[in-house]
Amino acid sequence: MSDSDTIIVVDDVPRRVPAGATLAAALLQVGVTAFRRDLQGRARGPLCGVGTCFECRVTLDGVTEVRACLVSVRAGMRVETGS
Amino acid sequence: MTDRRSMDVVVVGAGPAGLAAAASAAARGRRVLVIDQGLRAGGQVWRHRDEATLPLRARTLMARARDAGATFAAEARVVDAHSPQELIVDFRGRFAVVGTEAIILATGAKERFLPFPGWTLPGVVGVGGLQAFLKSGLRLPGRRVVLAGTGPLLLPVAAALATAGAEVVLVAEQVGSLTLAGFGARLLLSPHKLLEGFRYRAAFLSSPYRTSSWVTRADGDGQLRTVTVNEGGRLRTIECDWLGASMGLVPNTELAQLLGCATAGDTIKVDGLQQTSVPNVWAAGECTGVKGADAGVAEGEIAGRAAAGDVRGATAAMLVRARDAGRRFGRRLESTFAPRPEVLVLADHHTIICRCEDVRRGVIDPSWTQRQAKLWTRVGMGVCQGAVCGPACSALFGWESNAVRPPLQAAVTGSWGEVLRRDR
Repeated sequence: MSDSDTIIVVDDVPRRVPAGATLAAALLQVGVTAFRRDLQGRARGPLCGVGTCFECRVTLDGVTEVRACLVSVRAGMRVETGS
Repeated sequence: MTDRRSMDVVVVGAGPAGLAAAASAAARGRRVLVIDQGLRAGGQVWRHRDEATLPLRARTLMARARDAGATFAAEARVVDAHSPQELIVDFRGRFAVVGTEAIILATGAKERFLPFPGWTLPGVVGVGGLQAFLKSGLRLPGRRVVLAGTGPLLLPVAAALATAGAEVVLVAEQVGSLTLAGFGARLLLSPHKLLEGFRYRAAFLSSPYRTSSWVTRADGDGQLRTVTVNEGGRLRTIECDWLGASMGLVPNTELAQLLGCATAGDTIKVDGLQQTSVPNVWAAGECTGVKGADAGVAEGEIAGRAAAGDVRGATAAMLVRARDAGRRFGRRLESTFAPRPEVLVLADHHTIICRCEDVRRGVIDPSWTQRQAKLWTRVGMGVCQGAVCGPACSALFGWESNAVRPPLQAAVTGSWGEVLRRDR
């Protein structure tokens, strides 16, 4: 099931990601490692992978503060990083 | 809209212990609801995308729970409780009050992260975290990975990475070789565990596994480039794409604390029937002390039977033996793999301790109480509610574990407020 790919939109750019992956794994897979910015604007990426640390939060289809490690990718989902 | 539903037993967590608890309670005629934050049942040990890839033991247990009629709610979490009989649950953003006679907590454990310079760089993740990403679809062929931590968890993760084609540059175990040998010798009494360890080691045989070794810093410009490792007294800097670093596991006790359950050290306190200090609240698995999936299943089985009123079944000799052996193993894990003093002083003045609120080591005075530190620096007051820096501050400064208050896991305020208005 990991062989097929699906398309999601990351910061307005369409990206091919592994179908069935969590959004966090999918973003890491396409080289997006900075999911958010800290108070001083430095990049932060996921730490725990299991929903504890909140470092992987992104804006997903307009909803802010979504933990990318807790959702599956769906074709066409729109993700914004860096807030 | 707030729904209401009513159950006999609510199991929180669908890892090995939770699944066993759900299966045994449901098999005794109880209406069982299992709530889990993940996308699928299995917890962290049995995290998967395709159930067919799981070990037979896991599939059997999942089938048992399903066949016995347990209902499974994925992407769900308990955010608050009016009482142990009335939980407020976030089901994929929809909030409901769940009434229940009994609760079985099988909330598992989380990684203990001890801060070091550079640990906030993207590319630095947990040991278990890296495994979680791998199991969740991240492909790592040819990527250079350093693993640094302690205890048995390093072995399956290194094996999984090597099998997935990653270049495991180094596996650093903080304890010394004599300590490790002593731990291994005791395992001669449970040869299957020892054998499992050797099998994992065989899977990453071409990678060095060093004892008395730990990461002292990570560097990079907005992204991890190098890690510096203390290898038995010598410092070495290694280029890598990923660093998996943590220092063992700590039980998840937040919900137990919210319900008023007594804790003993890091763990939820339970009696011989896995009952907590609060009537009708049971606990099983890693949240009562880290000891592995085998004992977790035994504890879940006991808790499920006891919560269903089958005390005789809950005290079956085989289960009690497995549970007690697990507890002994857990105590050995804790004493063998406790963080060494050197890893408690890695953070420098600038190192961030609280990742949510960007609180640096330099602004925290260890002689403060945790409460003072919160008031003056906001350490532990961010969105993760101290889940990451709480255990770190306990290890570094000796503070008590973080005080718990609702909503757990930062619920969406609007919908949570609606539940409060309707039900309080």
